[in-house]
Amino acid sequence: MTLALTVENLHKVYGNGFEALKEISFEVKQGDFFALLGPNGAGKSTTLGIVSSLVNKTSGKVSIFGVDIDKDLIGAKLNLGVVPQEFNFNMFENVKDILVTQAGYYGIERKRASERADYYMKKLGLWEKRHGAARMLSGGMKRRLMIARALMHDPKLLILDEPTAGVDIELRRSMWEFLRELNAAGTTIILTTHYLEEAESLCRNIAIIDRGKIIKNTSMNALLQQLTTETFILDIEDALTQAPHLEGYGVRLIAENVLEVDVEKEQGLNGLFELLQDNNILVRSMRNKSNRLEELFVSLVDKTLNQDNA
Amino acid sequence: MNSHDLFIAFWTILRREIRRFTRIWAQTLLPPAITMTLYFIIFGNLIGSRIGEMGGFDYMEYIVPGLIMMSVITNSYSNVVSSFYSTKFQRSIEELLVSPVPNWIILSGFVLGGVARGLGVGLIVTLLSLFFTDLQVQHLFVTVAIVFLTAVLFALGGFINAVFANSFDDISIIPTFVLTPLTYLGGVFYSIQLLPEFWQGVSQLNPILYMVNTFRYGILGVSDINVGFAFMMILLFIGGLFSYALYLLKHGKGIRS
Repeated sequence: MTLALTVENLHKVYGNGFEALKEISFEVKQGDFFALLGPNGAGKSTTLGIVSSLVNKTSGKVSIFGVDIDKDLIGAKLNLGVVPQEFNFNMFENVKDILVTQAGYYGIERKRASERADYYMKKLGLWEKRHGAARMLSGGMKRRLMIARALMHDPKLLILDEPTAGVDIELRRSMWEFLRELNAAGTTIILTTHYLEEAESLCRNIAIIDRGKIIKNTSMNALLQQLTTETFILDIEDALTQAPHLEGYGVRLIAENVLEVDVEKEQGLNGLFELLQDNNILVRSMRNKSNRLEELFVSLVDKTLNQDNA
Repeated sequence: MNSHDLFIAFWTILRREIRRFTRIWAQTLLPPAITMTLYFIIFGNLIGSRIGEMGGFDYMEYIVPGLIMMSVITNSYSNVVSSFYSTKFQRSIEELLVSPVPNWIILSGFVLGGVARGLGVGLIVTLLSLFFTDLQVQHLFVTVAIVFLTAVLFALGGFINAVFANSFDDISIIPTFVLTPLTYLGGVFYSIQLLPEFWQGVSQLNPILYMVNTFRYGILGVSDINVGFAFMMILLFIGGLFSYALYLLKHGKGIRS
């Protein structure tokens, strides 16, 4: 099994004494779509900053496709593409120049770079703006420009630090499709995001980091299996004045036509619907109260916080 | 990366730098041309005609090499300091930092971008000076070598200034309070032979004096200082500043957390 990224005992203390990472270790397999999640200030961007050599580590080891960044930083960076959280291109340059220039840094000749730039601009909906200054692009287009720029040298490992932040849902979904295609074509992707449905939808493996420590590192399926209770919102036909008693289920009346029901994993939904039927309650539609990963994420982070406080 | 890839990376940086200052030519190429034309008219023609000769030459002829050198120094320095600081400010330096471009290529690209602007402005000023005087180059190799090395030296200085700069104010402090006084006191407008002995000694501590005089030697064939010593000092300074700039890049001073 080839590893795209190996992080061993990574430690980072900033100049002001803030300990951002506390000896974290994790691995990302080649071809994986990996989520690195955590609350704000947890250490995600520091970790990715060290991997992409924008942040100096205090100690620990990072290898990209087996190449240790301390021994051969240039060799390690050849396989890496980075889409950072903040826009970091020259706002005064035009879109195509930004892409072609980036390819030049990887030794790609101008003609080939120009062809690649055209391909990604068409693919990511930037073609119409190719001669415009980057500062004139919308927020979503700037994000797509950053993705196109990171792909110009065809990296084997792509790091995406909140690539869809501030992007509308329609565009976000089209970006998900593009990223899925990219991953299916063999590119290993590491994603950080605050949209947990994005991570759940795209990623196969996950690490959750909180206050500089990895608190969970497993497959997405295994993690979701840990969810013991799901809460559903039911839109019902007839208005109620109080919540009905459904044996074994926690039920709350949110509005006169809306019920919130807690369902334990082993209870299933059939029993719930039988009880609703018995109470002559007709359900018009049903949805999860929140994303499944979101519920787990919050409970894991809260648990760690409580343990630390204790 | 093989040498071909490295060359493409270097050329990409240099090309971007040249494109930057040519795109904003009204801010980068035009002002020195206007300023130097005013110097030629006011100091060379109007005041110079009353001064007479300096160092055995017509005053206009005497100040032309100094003014050319002054524009080369100022422009090679300010190009790199503003360009590199802008990449830091906009964070577009990260494009280079995540790429596999070695530090010496990054440094060489920015420095030669500064040299290109310095020499470009120097050429414009030289062409303008031909409207006011005849230039007969006495030592072509010395002239070309000193102007190139001076541009390299000050481009390196600009790079180091930009690495330490935390605001746009920081990139104008050195040019205003150090570079300009040293240039004016570096024998651009006068021969240090005119100064009292004590001030001649003090003037010899000014590195710009050596560059201006070596360039003047290349064009007019006269100099207040030893030309060989000047070359040696410039090469030593270039070696020192290049190594220091590489050290700063390697440790990410001002550009990595």
